[in-house]
Order: sequence, then structure tokens, then C-alpha cells
Amino acid sequence: MTEEAMDKPSDGVGCGAAVLMDIRNVSLRFGGVKALRDVSFDIREGEIRAIIGPNGAGKSSMLNVINGFYHPQEGEIWFRGKRRPPMKPHTIARHGIARTFQNIALFRGMSTLDNIMTGRITRMGLGLLSHAIWWGWAEREEVQHRERVERIIDFLEIQPIRKTPVGRLPYGLQKRVELGRALAAEPTLLLLDEPMAGMNVEEKEDLSRFILDVNDEFGTTIALIEHDMGVVMDLSDRVVVMDYGRKIADGSPQEVRNNQDVIDAYLGVPH
Amino acid sequence: MFYREAGEFSTSYRDDAQTFPIAFDRRRYYLVLAVGFGVIPFFINDYWANAVLIPFLVWSMAALGLNILTGYCGQVSLGTGGFMAVGAYSCYKLMTAFPGLNIVFCILLAGLITALVGVLFGLPSLRIKGFYLAVATLAAQFFFVWLFNKVPWFYNYSASGQINAPERTLLGVAITGPNADSAVKYLFCLAFVVGFAWIARNLTRGSVGRSWMAIRDMDIAAEIIGIDPYRAKLSAFGVSSFFVGVSGALFFGIYLGAVEVTEAFGINQSFLVLFMIIIGGLGSIFGSFAGAAFMVLMPVLLKNILVGGLDWDTAIATHFEFVIVGGLIIFFLIVEPHGISQLWRIIKEKLRLWPFPHDH
Amino acid sequence: MHEQLLFALEVSLNGLMTGVLYSLVALGFVLIFKASGVFNYAQGVMALFAALTLVGFQSGQVPFAHLINAVFGSNIHHFGWHLPVILSILLTLLVMVLLAVVIEKLVLKHLINQEPIVLFMATIGLAYFLEGFGDLMWGSEIKRLDVGIPQGISESIENFTFESLGYGFFIDRLDIVATAVAAVLVISLTVFSQYSRVGRALRAVADDHQAALSVGISLRYIWVVVWSVAGFVALVAGIMWGAKSGVQFSLSLIALKALPVLMLGGFTSIPGAIIGGLIIGVGEKLFEFLMGPLIGGATENWFAYVLALVFLVFRPQGLFGERIIERV
Repeated sequence: MTEEAMDKPSDGVGCGAAVLMDIRNVSLRFGGVKALRDVSFDIREGEIRAIIGPNGAGKSSMLNVINGFYHPQEGEIWFRGKRRPPMKPHTIARHGIARTFQNIALFRGMSTLDNIMTGRITRMGLGLLSHAIWWGWAEREEVQHRERVERIIDFLEIQPIRKTPVGRLPYGLQKRVELGRALAAEPTLLLLDEPMAGMNVEEKEDLSRFILDVNDEFGTTIALIEHDMGVVMDLSDRVVVMDYGRKIADGSPQEVRNNQDVIDAYLGVPH
Repeated sequence: MFYREAGEFSTSYRDDAQTFPIAFDRRRYYLVLAVGFGVIPFFINDYWANAVLIPFLVWSMAALGLNILTGYCGQVSLGTGGFMAVGAYSCYKLMTAFPGLNIVFCILLAGLITALVGVLFGLPSLRIKGFYLAVATLAAQFFFVWLFNKVPWFYNYSASGQINAPERTLLGVAITGPNADSAVKYLFCLAFVVGFAWIARNLTRGSVGRSWMAIRDMDIAAEIIGIDPYRAKLSAFGVSSFFVGVSGALFFGIYLGAVEVTEAFGINQSFLVLFMIIIGGLGSIFGSFAGAAFMVLMPVLLKNILVGGLDWDTAIATHFEFVIVGGLIIFFLIVEPHGISQLWRIIKEKLRLWPFPHDH
Repeated sequence: MHEQLLFALEVSLNGLMTGVLYSLVALGFVLIFKASGVFNYAQGVMALFAALTLVGFQSGQVPFAHLINAVFGSNIHHFGWHLPVILSILLTLLVMVLLAVVIEKLVLKHLINQEPIVLFMATIGLAYFLEGFGDLMWGSEIKRLDVGIPQGISESIENFTFESLGYGFFIDRLDIVATAVAAVLVISLTVFSQYSRVGRALRAVADDHQAALSVGISLRYIWVVVWSVAGFVALVAGIMWGAKSGVQFSLSLIALKALPVLMLGGFTSIPGAIIGGLIIGVGEKLFEFLMGPLIGGATENWFAYVLALVFLVFRPQGLFGERIIERV
């Protein structure tokens, strides 16, 4: 095999597909702290891409760079074949990138339904005046989007908690509602930051099934951070491994599992 | 027992999203409106109109406005008194500069001017948050009171420094000025408040309201899922100030007829409106009304009991009012942060399930 | 021109003195904010309450006299004694400590882990309560506060500057005393928080409630201490302002002046409170001096706020505040 072929995964959906996002030589600093150092990798259309690494490796920072919350000092991000200029996070959301958060970031004062409806905000365009009158445009828009949201509610099997304030829901369900809110945007690229953290085995199995279904049925490209190696190995097509803000390995789950640098990073060797 | 949703099914998403999904609630709401428009005007007297009903309506309007900004969008403002002054003085300038302009338009335009001013003073909210912003809004409060006090153009160079509402009519009936009948004034305010409450409900039920609440609950997540924080916050400031401006115009034009800015729109009014929405319920339209009713009725009641009944000094009654209001604010913040409206919701919930204690 | 310049200098000097008093009130805010994350709007009313209580003790007023008279139809007002200054100050201090304990027990304890803005609103409620309570207790008429601080224009300064500069500076002796007292207070509070055991615990609590609890610091004890110290600062501010312009409702409004001071200086910084106070004191006097005649005067009412507002838009954390890094 040539070196180039080594980078390609041997199996999975992403094989041979076009590159959706290309991250080139990204570096991010906070004062003197280097969160990301010269990181490059790509995400292909339709694949499930995992980002793994020990705590503090820069995984969440990477997601924050992808959705525009942090602006890297160096490097380029190419999305759908074009170099992306620096943008505000809400503009990036409109370009089709949605995400969930490591610590649940639901809108606690709102019901499940309203939370997921909020996820569709990028697709709702009416202004203040039509809302003030409500009858007509605003009501029609609301009902149309409600139909889409109900489909997501059915898909995630959360019909009974539709009108429950999210603050009252148990942790696992909150995670699911958050996934629903991200799905409501019908994103091209879905970022999941530790979607299984704090879940029991059963809940993890449920959520894995949902993630695979989203990937299969809607063709959504997914980039996820996860600590549970079993989940990562089963779900993902390709894996990026990070440590101390650097990329130390990139490839199929099998390849990274046998990579000496990865083993060192997890088991620890003196640097 | 009669308060049941059993047998009522929403067959469309439109039905499901209506304001009062339970038929009993709907009927009660229409009944309140019918009494408000059809019964009270015939029984009203000057005392009830001027001491209770009209101030209640005017303050409800202000509370609705502040609740949009603070209760729904989470931006605390202590500048309500200043914005009410902007509404009042704009209304006055419009009334005197264009005597032919209909009073309704004067009031609405005054609201619009206040909305623009509100957006201007909302600009810092893009950079600063929480009580930093709350303190910053005090700038509006002090600046406008000073402006309307010190620049004579705003009060048309009157010797007293007061502004007086000239007589304006609607359909041949006097609305402002000394000849206006209190029943007419009451009906005029009621129509405005009902209309604006309907608008407030519409704005908060759809995507605009959800973008406000998202900013309130978790602003960073809101931005990341696609809500433009500038647009959300500034629209909340604008809409809120519109309501507050209209309430200021009604306060001056209809309720008092003559005001002097330092007395009528001082910082205590800002706190008064804030207390209304805390006691009534943050993020609740019903709560704005409940809070306004409470804060208007409580001093009247206290005065009647302590001064009228026990023959105490008025000053003591006023001091008691401070103690009670302050104590209640702390009480509600500790025990029921969502105010009277939440208590009301709990009562309804219990009624719905009665005689059973729980849902499942 | 020379005359004008000297006059401006005098205005600035007077501004500086006022600024010191602003700093004093702002200091009370910073202390409470640092240790408990509470932005205490009631600080100004606490100063009013302290001054009222001090006058009440000193002149032997009967507490709640008006109320008792109203209920029982009696006509009592004074016990008929006069307490020495030191004793009444100590008694007032005791009352302020008691107040801190009560506030902790009835209010703060129940609001742990609430959002800062909720606590802020609670202190607005507290301000209202305390204002009504103070008036009920001591009556709302304007009172004179006299604890023996020299007052009036200092002749020696006037003479000295007249001889050396050809222009006599008008400076109130009270302002000089206030400046000296504020300076001593600031230094001792800084020393207290840097070097004493309680001060160290206080800073630990400010840094992280959870961590402080886990090493055995009693949060509630610290809060009582901090609110007592803030009560003490309020008492000092109340004495200074009360001596200057009488004990009355407007005294509680100095809190409103301290707010822009804090915004300017940053809510967590003691030096910030001092420098912010000086900037605002001098700034508002100079602005009034230069612009007041042109735009109608009385600009002190809003200048501080607008200055702080404009400043915050460019530097949201204030002059010395800690930089805020947002995280997801």
C-alpha cells in the first residue's frame, strides 16, 4: 500500500466520498496556553468521524473552532470546497452545522417542544410585524415547522414529554432532547460533544442506535467526541486522535487502535 | 370538578398551540373581557377609575413591556421610568406640534420613538451582561429625567416645568384634558392594554419569543444553534420600549393629564415596574397583570386600613408599604421565583386533577 | 487664563474629595461582591440606616416612637439622655453586625446557588425593606449628625494657597478628614484581606465556594463577617455623608453613585473601586464646570453613568476587573 492509501479507511460509508470539511493547520491559543497546535484533518460527506484523546487534548476546542465559537490564530477551514472566512457562530449554524454540548445546554425555561422548535430557528424567517399579528403568515409558518418537529419527536420516541419543561427531565432524556434540537436544524454536519457521557449501558445503546439512524436515514455527516472506546470503535468510520493539542493519529478504528503513539498517549509515557 | 380537559382533543397543531387550550379557561377569558368592556364602564366612579382601574391598566402596560425584556429575554432594565418619560414627552410634543393628529396616532408614535431610543440604549447589551447591564440602564433613567427637566424645549418653555395634556377627542368624545369622562378614559386604556397584551402573546408564542427565551436561558448555546444575539436582544429592547413608551404616554395623557418629570418618572417608578413583574411572574403575560394589580391595590388597601380605618399618620402607612414591598420581593424570590402566575398555575393544576393528588 | 486654570484645579480637588467618599461606598460593594458574589444594592440604604441609628442612639430617641404613639395613642419620643459619641458608634456597630446576622439567616441562606441577578434583585427588595424599617424605627425627618468632625472652609489652606499661588483654595475641613479616614480604612481593609486568617478564608470563598467549603471554611460565617464589615463601611460612609448634608433619604442615593464607580473600576477590585471613585468624582465636577453652563447644569446626575456606560462598551470587565473568558 502507498502512504496515501494508508490514510484512507478500509471500510465504512465515508470511503471515497467527497470531503465536506477540511481543517488545515489550525492553531489556537488563549494567551500563553496553546489549545490546538497545527491540527489538520478532514471530514467526508456521510461519514461518522470520531475525535478522541485524553482530557485536555483540545477536542472540545476543535469543535468550538468548527462552529465558530473560537477563532483560531492560524490555519484555514474549508467547508464544501470553499475556504470559510471568519464568521459568527449563528451564521455558521445557518450554513448547516449543528451541535450538542458536553454539559447539557438546553433552554431550561422551555418545554421539550419549544426547545426542539428553537432548533429550527435557522429555517424560520418571519419578522416582528408578522409575528405581532400572528394570524396568517406567522401561524402558518409555526404549523409547518411543528410538523417537521413532530417527526423528530416521533423518531426520538419522546412523544410523552413533548410539553414537559426540560428542567424536569432525567439526564438521559435531556441528552435526547438536545440531540432533537440539533436534528431540527436538518444540519449537513452534526457535531456531538460527548453524547454518551454519564449514561448507563442501556442508554448508550439507545443513543448509538439513534446516531446510526440519523447517519443512515438522513445522510447527515457526524463528527463526535467520545470517551467510551467501545462506542467509538463500533460507530465511527474514521478516528482522529489528539493529545496536548496535536493530532497524533488519524485513520480507521483498527489502525488507530494499533498505533503506538495512541497507546502511549492513553497509557502515558514521559514526554 | 368542572375544570377538566377530559373530552377535549386538539385535532390540529393550530388547536394545540392556542392560548387557552382548555375550554373552561377560554370561556373565563371571554367573560373577563365582557365584564371589562360591557359592565364596569356603567358602574365606574371617579375614585375607582382614578385610584385603581386606570393606574392598574397603565402599569400593566409598562409591566408587559418590561416583562418582555426581563422576563422573556433575560435583560434586566432599571431604566423603565426614563423610557416612560420618553413616551410621555414624545406624546406631549406630538400633541402640541400637530394639534390635528389623532390621539391614537400620537400615542403609537410616542411608542415608536421610545422603541428607537430603547434600541439605542440596548446597544451596550451586546457587550455587557447581567447586573452590569442593569446598572448601565440606570444611565437612561438619570439622563432622561435630567434632559426633560433641564431642556425647556421639551416642556414648551412652560413656567412650571410641567407638561399638560391638551384636550383631544376620538369620535367626538373627549379622551384627554379636564373634560374627559373617567369611564371613557378607562375604556380607552382598556382597549389599548387588551390590544397590546394580544400582541405580546403573539410575539412570545412563536420563533421570535423562543429566540428571546433562548437568549435568556443560555445565551451561548442560543448563538451556536443559530440565533443572532444582536437581533434577539435589540428586538426585545425595541418591543419592550414600545410598550413602555405607550404606557408613559397613557400615564401622562390619560391618567394624570399633567406631569413633572422628576416626580412622575423617577427611579422609584423603574423599581415599581420591576417589582410588579417579580411579584406577578417573570416571563408571564398574566403575571404582568397580576403584579400590576398587586402593586396598585396594596398601597390603596394599606392606606384605607391604616389611615382611613385606624387613623394613623400617612407617613407611617408609607413606611409600612416599603417594608411590605421589600419583604415580599425577598419572599417571592426565595419561595416562588415565578411569582403569582406560578401560584395560579399550581392551583389550576391541582384543580385539574382534583380529587386526585397526582397525575400518574 | 491662569485664574481659570487654578479654578479648574480647585474644582478637581473638590471632586477628588467627593470621589474618596464614592470610593468608600464602592468599597462596601466590592467586599460583599468578592466574598459572596452578591451585588448589594442595599449598601446605600445600609449607610442611611447606620446614620439614622447613630443619631437615634446619640440623642436618646425611642425606637419605633411614631408607631407606638400611633397604636397606643401615647406621646413618647425621647428617653431624655445623650450618649457619648464613642458609645453610640459602638452600639450602632453592634446593630450593623446584628443586621448582618439577620440578613444571612433570613435572606442569603435561602438564595445560595441562585443566579447573581436574582440576588441583586433580592438586595433591591432588602433596600426597600430597610428604608421603610429605618423610617419606622427612627422617623423620616431630616436629622443633624454631629460626631465632632471639624467642618467649614479650612482657613489655613486658603491662606497658604493665596500666599503661594495668589488664589485661595476653598476646601472643606470635613472633606479632608473624610479623605484621611477613607485612606486609613482602605489600607486596613486591604491588610485585613491580605494577611489575616479570616481575610484569607474570605478570598478563598470569593475564588470558589465549593472548594472553600471542602477545606472546612464555613460559608455562612464568612458571609456574616463580610456583611458586618460592609455594615461598618456603611457606618463610616453614613457618618461622613450625614455630617456633610444631614441624615435624610437622599443619603441612600449615594449608593447609586457608587454603581458607576464599580462599573468603571471592576466589581472585584479594591484598587479599582478607589481609582474609579476618584475618576468619577473629578470627572463629574470638571464636566459640570466645563459643560454645565452650556447645557443646563446638574449634569452630576447622569455624567457618571454615561461615562461608565461608554467605558464598559469598550472594556466590559472594567479597569481592573478580571477578564471574562467565555466557555461552552
